[in-house]
Amino acid sequence: MKNRCKVFAAALAALLLGAACAPAALAEGDLIEVNEDIAVSADYDWTRFADDGITLNVYNWGLYISDGSDESVDVLSAFEELTGIEVNYTTFDSNESLYAKMKSGGAVYDVIFPSEYMVGKMAAEGMLAPLDYTNIPNFANIGSDYTGWDFDPENTYSVPYTWGTTGLIYNTTLVDEAPTSWAALWDVQYANNVLMFNNSRDAYAIAAKKIGRSLNPQSVDELTEVMQELKDQKSVVQAYVMDEIFDKMEGGEAAMAPYYAGDALTMIADNPDLAFVHPSEGVNFFVDSMCVPANSKNKAAAELFINYMCEPSVGLANCDYIGYSTPITAVWEQLDDELKYSEIAYPGDDVMGKAEVFTTLPDEINAALDAQWSEMKSYEEGGSGWMVVVLLLLALVISFFNIWRKLRKKARDDY
Amino acid sequence: MNKKQSVILQRTYIVLVFCFMYLPIAVMIAFSFNESKSRANFTGFTLGWYKSLFHNEMILSALGLSLVLALVSSVLATVLGTLATIGIHSMSRRAQLVVNNISYVPVVNPEIITGVSLMLLFVMAQNFGLGGGNGLFGWPTLLIAHITFNVPYVIFNVGPKLRQLDPSLYNAALDLGCTPRQAFFKVIMPQLSPAILSAFLICLTYSIDDFMISYFNSGTMQTLPIAIYSMTRKKVSPEINALSAVMFCVILAIILISNAADSRAYRKNQKEIRKAMQEEGAR
Amino acid sequence: MHKSKASRWLAGPYLLWMAAFIVVPLFIVIWYAMTNADGRFTLENLTQIGRYSSVFARSLILAAVSTVVCLVLAFPVGYFLSRLRANKQHIMLMLVMLPMWMNFLLRTYAWMTLLEKNGLINKFLGLFGLGPFQMINTSGAVVLGMVYNYLPFMILPIYTAMTKIDDSIIEAAQDLGCNVWQILWRVLVPLSGPGIATGITQVFVPSVSTFIISRMLGGGSNLLIGDLIELQFLGNSYNLNLGSAMSLVLMVIVLLCMSFTSSFDESEMEGVV
Repeated sequence: MKNRCKVFAAALAALLLGAACAPAALAEGDLIEVNEDIAVSADYDWTRFADDGITLNVYNWGLYISDGSDESVDVLSAFEELTGIEVNYTTFDSNESLYAKMKSGGAVYDVIFPSEYMVGKMAAEGMLAPLDYTNIPNFANIGSDYTGWDFDPENTYSVPYTWGTTGLIYNTTLVDEAPTSWAALWDVQYANNVLMFNNSRDAYAIAAKKIGRSLNPQSVDELTEVMQELKDQKSVVQAYVMDEIFDKMEGGEAAMAPYYAGDALTMIADNPDLAFVHPSEGVNFFVDSMCVPANSKNKAAAELFINYMCEPSVGLANCDYIGYSTPITAVWEQLDDELKYSEIAYPGDDVMGKAEVFTTLPDEINAALDAQWSEMKSYEEGGSGWMVVVLLLLALVISFFNIWRKLRKKARDDY
Repeated sequence: MNKKQSVILQRTYIVLVFCFMYLPIAVMIAFSFNESKSRANFTGFTLGWYKSLFHNEMILSALGLSLVLALVSSVLATVLGTLATIGIHSMSRRAQLVVNNISYVPVVNPEIITGVSLMLLFVMAQNFGLGGGNGLFGWPTLLIAHITFNVPYVIFNVGPKLRQLDPSLYNAALDLGCTPRQAFFKVIMPQLSPAILSAFLICLTYSIDDFMISYFNSGTMQTLPIAIYSMTRKKVSPEINALSAVMFCVILAIILISNAADSRAYRKNQKEIRKAMQEEGAR
Repeated sequence: MHKSKASRWLAGPYLLWMAAFIVVPLFIVIWYAMTNADGRFTLENLTQIGRYSSVFARSLILAAVSTVVCLVLAFPVGYFLSRLRANKQHIMLMLVMLPMWMNFLLRTYAWMTLLEKNGLINKFLGLFGLGPFQMINTSGAVVLGMVYNYLPFMILPIYTAMTKIDDSIIEAAQDLGCNVWQILWRVLVPLSGPGIATGITQVFVPSVSTFIISRMLGGGSNLLIGDLIELQFLGNSYNLNLGSAMSLVLMVIVLLCMSFTSSFDESEMEGVV
């Protein structure tokens, strides 16, 4: 199904963009060098906002850009140097918290990086602005496999940034045999030695795959059944984490954890004891995109930023540092062979054939997922029972103490 | 148990408690000089993390924001609070009670509730169109939030001082021909100024330190505690240790300096008193 | 001071501020708690909280435990400090307050690195052939974090109350034949009652509402009320109405706790004077 959709989308994208992007394609080779690592297409007016004193609020996942740490290329400061636009760069740790922050009106951003299902949800709720592709000629660089997906069939709102899969990271010195199935995360022999996703969709996906269900629940009953799996898993889980996983896995704090393939590469590079596997039940295949929120005041500048991020040299710097897979064909060609043919970053058909994409859930199922996630997190196996008893006892002790004190005081007064 | 034993026991206990309080900080400072990123093995000495800390733009801009925000909000809160204290003082007893009790709310309420309730207020105001297209969240909300939790500290610091003042002083000034304004600035203010200054310093530290309330009301801005929070949620770099060490040293220095100033003022005072007494005696 | 009508107006700006940013927000919390996403009246949010009773119970218990631990640790410190010479007292007091000035995120982070499975403490214990123990991501770690962060809030008020106890009272009790425990229960505890009460509130309230400590040291599975509220506002389960209802309940809990300690405060004071 996916393949058909992709072919269709590719055709569509080509149709849509063929005209707009022709000049960019022609000007290939004509580059402006910003620094020794970053060179951008000369056939684009990068400096048109230089005198406007614009600050772009960019909201991205943590550790999701080459930011100059660990001797990487500093993509953002190169952008500031090139365009004269300032970037206020902040980070979030899950699609849901991005959504909450935007939905509550708690902040106005100019560029955000949601995953596919969140793009669909935000677009449906009118939170995203349609992009003006005359400002993003570099969209032509994006491989056709990654455009035109169901969540945004004509890429009205989103430009793919990276893609990847989820999988199981494990520490070879801490497991007896290499896990091949998600079920390993429920294995009691690893009790307190397992980390788990701290966001509802990714955690749900793993439990669903484990019992052979789809990542995308069709009904609340199905959802409840899968969430029960997560409740059962709680006694095995040491901690629910997002980016804290880097320190924990690299430091040997846990035996295994599910996470994104790109980050697994980074972790393995830092600690060679770690290994990564795509579990046999199938994994999640995701695309993270760049979007402009509907309430952004600097839409044109935001589009310029997106265009910059699609420059091959920028994409290359990012891929090198964050390890995620690139949708930009030119970038993939320039990668080191080690990463280029990595089974982790660019898995073969055996994995991709079984991979599934998140879809945007209907409102009622989404609400149920949110509520059950809170409940799962607060759930304690056989716990609430004794806790309430203890609480009652505590209240009783306090009231007895009060009475005793009153009596004593009375005695003293009488005296 | 004889006296000597009990003194030794007391000393050991206090030392143990202080160990508990300072050991984590000491470890962080020690590991800020660690060459590798390891948090458990000391592999060699380096100052590199300090260098990269001072080149970390995110931290520096967050620090700048925190300092400016703390300064502005403390000044405004101190002015607002001092005026309020004087006003409250001349209210009826019952009105005083009501105002004071409401002012207690941000002090005793859990910070998370203050943060969340202000966030809801701003969200609502935004829904009514306040703040225009850019939204309300950011500087205005941070400033309002910080002033809100700071003012009560001013009131509860300056209020008791005001009550201790001798009312006849003010009346005497009026009798001697001062206008009420003169009487206020020349007689009342000088006596209140130490309390106002200490209230201002309290506001400053609360404001720099606040995480919970800012977290819900910061919009796209990052104060230093928020930046630290986002650092602890990622792959943590030893820069954070270096930051702790720097903060610890700055705080230590401030406390030592203010202490020295205090004790010098105290000694000077004592000397003058002694001199005055001697003169008295000589006469 | 002269109570002029004119100076009453000086409080005007603050009264407006207070109404707008202290009183109104609390009513908005109540309003959100009583409505659903469409703005219609409902009690569902409040009844739903029953499902999270285990979180509330856990928060209360952990906060109570850490308050008790703080009290037990701080009481002797407060007493010993108050018996030192004045200049020594001053230095010691500074030492107590110094960690308080450091950002609590950094202090909590320090424990994170210490408690890890391969952290320094386990390494140290390993020298004696002990461990490694699972310390981080347990409720014990959360309690430790609370005690560490809020201990000075307990020491300071107790110390202040203790400084008002004259040595001669203790000596009198000794002369009248009291043993150490009797002095403790009959003299020190009642006389420092107000300090203890203040300390209890100052430790209990932030402990019961924190979400950072549980997140950093509890591994996200030892959820507390604060985490639950944060989850509804800026986290994974966006639901402002439910979050407001939870905040409301938390507020009631805190009020109850406050009324308890303040009654303690007054009655003990009466008993003393």
